[in-house]
Amino acid sequence: MDNILSILVFFPAIAGLLGFVVDKESARAYGITVAAIEFFLSLWLWFSFDASNAGMQFVELIPLIPDMGISYYLGVDGISLFIILMTTLMTLIGMASMGETKNIKNMIVTLLFLEMTMVGVFVALDAILFYLFWELSLVPMLYIIGAWGGPLRIYASIKFFLYTFTGSLIMLVGMLFVAYIYHNLTGVWSFAITDWYALVLPVDYQLWLFAAFFVGFAIKVPMFPFHTWIPYAHGQAPTIGSVILAAVLLKMGTYGFIRFSLPMFPDASVMAITPIAVISIIMIIYTAMIAYAQKDMKQVIAYSSVSHMGIIMLGLFAMNAEGLSGSVFQMLSHGIVSGALFMLVGMIYERRHTKLLSEFGGLTAVMPKFAIIFGIMLMASVGLPLTFGFVGEFLVLLGFYQVSPMMTILAGTSIILGAVYMLRVMKLAFFGPLNNEENKKLKDLNARETWSLIPLVAIVIWLGVYPKPVLAPIDNSVKALLAFMDEKAITSEAKDMIRVAKTSTSTKEAK
Amino acid sequence: MLEPINVSLESLNLITLAPMLIAIAGGLIILILDLISEKLDKSLYVMMTVLVLFIDFGAVLGLNVNERGFFDVMLIDGISIISQLMIIGGSMLFIPLALTSKRFHEYSYPEFFALFLFMVAGFQFMVATDNLILIFVGIETASLALYTLIALHNRANSYEAAVKYFTMGALAAAFFAMGSAVVYALTGSIELYKVAEVLALRLNETGLMITIFGSSILLLVAFAFKLSLFPFHTWAPDVYEGASAPLAGYMSVVPKIAAFVVSIRLFGMYIDLGVEWVRIVILVLAVLTMTLANIMALVQNDVKRMLAYSSISHAGFIVAALALDTTEGNTAIFLYYALFMFTNLGAFAMLWISRHKKRRFDARYDHPYEKFAGLIQIMPMGAVVMGLFMLSLAGVPPFSVFWGKIYVMQAAVNAGYIWLAIIMGLNSAIAAYYYLKLIVYMFLKDPVKDVDTVYYNISKPLMAIIGLATVATVTAIFYVQPLVSYLYYMISASGY
Repeated sequence: MDNILSILVFFPAIAGLLGFVVDKESARAYGITVAAIEFFLSLWLWFSFDASNAGMQFVELIPLIPDMGISYYLGVDGISLFIILMTTLMTLIGMASMGETKNIKNMIVTLLFLEMTMVGVFVALDAILFYLFWELSLVPMLYIIGAWGGPLRIYASIKFFLYTFTGSLIMLVGMLFVAYIYHNLTGVWSFAITDWYALVLPVDYQLWLFAAFFVGFAIKVPMFPFHTWIPYAHGQAPTIGSVILAAVLLKMGTYGFIRFSLPMFPDASVMAITPIAVISIIMIIYTAMIAYAQKDMKQVIAYSSVSHMGIIMLGLFAMNAEGLSGSVFQMLSHGIVSGALFMLVGMIYERRHTKLLSEFGGLTAVMPKFAIIFGIMLMASVGLPLTFGFVGEFLVLLGFYQVSPMMTILAGTSIILGAVYMLRVMKLAFFGPLNNEENKKLKDLNARETWSLIPLVAIVIWLGVYPKPVLAPIDNSVKALLAFMDEKAITSEAKDMIRVAKTSTSTKEAK
Repeated sequence: MLEPINVSLESLNLITLAPMLIAIAGGLIILILDLISEKLDKSLYVMMTVLVLFIDFGAVLGLNVNERGFFDVMLIDGISIISQLMIIGGSMLFIPLALTSKRFHEYSYPEFFALFLFMVAGFQFMVATDNLILIFVGIETASLALYTLIALHNRANSYEAAVKYFTMGALAAAFFAMGSAVVYALTGSIELYKVAEVLALRLNETGLMITIFGSSILLLVAFAFKLSLFPFHTWAPDVYEGASAPLAGYMSVVPKIAAFVVSIRLFGMYIDLGVEWVRIVILVLAVLTMTLANIMALVQNDVKRMLAYSSISHAGFIVAALALDTTEGNTAIFLYYALFMFTNLGAFAMLWISRHKKRRFDARYDHPYEKFAGLIQIMPMGAVVMGLFMLSLAGVPPFSVFWGKIYVMQAAVNAGYIWLAIIMGLNSAIAAYYYLKLIVYMFLKDPVKDVDTVYYNISKPLMAIIGLATVATVTAIFYVQPLVSYLYYMISASGY
């Protein structure tokens, strides 16, 4: 199946359309089955993926609008492969763990459409196609937050939509300008990213274009000071919305940096290292402090997820294989861990209809299973060695140490601060006396909830102990990317900064 | 010693007049039918109109590119053909909206349909000539018919709308006449191609520039009225509100296509002559129009008024493409309208089916946002379709208007106006807010329980039209390529 990527993109969409016909009572089973099939399809993609090839695989190219240079162009490399896997996995598990929901059929259909757009973003190799899926992903999310969210849901959903929409329109102008330059140089219109990679741009162009793409991606990540939409979005979104938002949608921003900004504008990226590192460190420390001050359990996790996105950003701009691979790996671990944490908070919210930390305490006594899983996820989030979270965070810090030891030390506080605010949650919610009468009759996790969380626990421990199967293909593609950037950079500073791993196995033609 | 004037019939090339004559003859046939029998139903007139327009469409398709006829007054070049096709196509799509399930006053008169056809003929004259007098005749024929059509919608604010439109239109006509007079005084000709030749020769004469500015500014004011550009846009929302929804939708597309064609001919000439000042003024007007209309649209309480302001803002987008004066820019104008037409048709048709005879939701407005609250529960398909139209208008890919927007922005970038593309981007983001507002009402709020259902006017033909608009909006990605290449070919063939 050479066209497995198209199947991966359109299967959920077709299933979503057909889902309108499925009866309300069976909608949930339908959704889970479809998501499971999609997940197995993505597993198949992994197995048929050639890990030794660092370039794009399963490429499909059909011209759509040749006069404008727009084509239907899909492909996957080691970087996007695992993000796709995580997307399908989190959609499946999110759906499976979903509690009682009103209008469940609409929710399932919306989620399936959302899955299409998310997979689409990560497989698109045409800038306009990428933009198409990117924008389209806002609509289902708007509906999920707006229809199933908390009291301020409409404000939150509109804020989410408008922020991202504004940023991406600036990015669109950037894309159009790149296409224009490409046309000037070659006489051909093309929006294919791989064609764009061949462009060697003067430094001032690179800086402007980097800025245009930065606006689009930074709002999505979200980077300080564009992060203000996320507390509302997370605070108001239903559990499934937060899970998808944290696990996948935020990754679109960081993925955009890898796919567009780094290879296309290597010199500008090197120049941006310091400003971006400063912003990332502000994100890490400032949002960690905010997380500590939260009274609401979900907001703690929301802010901690922003804080962890700071680590990912830092790794992206380390300009060496450790940093970049660690960063991609951290995207995966953050997706799974914060997704799981949001699910856990959602489960307790369903039981008590509150997320305030002050309402809880001593839950370990009544909900041992819940407490254990929460504890594992929390440790992974903090970055305890031998958990999923540790590998990425460590690699990122290791990578960035070569850039600036001072900043790395500042960023390293993330582990300490993370431990501080997370253990505070642990202390307030799970330990101490069981004082609140209402908490005494809480039921522990039921079978559905347990079984949707166990795979995540298994992944967290498996990839914490033995990350190689995932890390190796990522590393391979990352090294090819770095070699490519090094070759393309025009300023000597950039050439010095970008460290190409000498042991690179990517001798095959990259990109 | 007057020489007898011999004109051979062949040199007249009467075929260039055929499309307009077909429309006029069709209008007359409808009037004659009414004379013969008074009991005929509106459905017959609607179908007659569609059929006449169909023949008209065929006649336009059969024309050869770059021909002149009728004492060289008629000019059949690429843009005249594509604009006529769009005018006729748009009219064919909008006229079946008369087939509502409820009876509306104006459609019981066959004169309505006759006037409609005369109006189409007027628009066709406007675009198929470069003679200033014939343009004027076309504008007036079309506008006078349109004023009457608006007033036929038997309501107090329809009269207000018609009178307002008439007054403003008369003012615009006066400006146009004065501008043409100055052009004639400068060049001794009213044929634009001759005007361009003479002006090119006289451009460097001292003291003449101010007159050329004068002529351009008078003409610009006239067309700013017609295209509803800031600050000449104030009539538009009131007129749209007063007119029935199909006519309002029609007005936001078809008359503007005609006015744009004339603007391309006129202002393109000025810009080609190197009068940069005209370009700057148009750019300023464009930016002001798209921004201010957007901001006004944000605060509207009525969906129709919101759509009116939004269509002004879209016009601002397109005027910016006009100022670029490149082949791509001109292609963008037509592509944008071709794509915008379907979405706008759909959106106004959705308003039309929810139109009540009395205002049940609000004393002041026909279509307040509250009317659409919780539409997803009352009428799920309708809500989804309307949501698609709103997303398309907001420029969310892959729906139709997005492709128009991206083409306009690409044209702006290619012509070196990156700042313009950025302003367009930011404006699209502002616009997203008010389109989203309707989506929020439809999908996320609960219906107002104590008033009855909103799909009041629905009928099979209306559903068919909305279905067509939906398909065209959603599948745009597949037909943009042939459309762009056809438009580009026709426009470059006529030298714009």
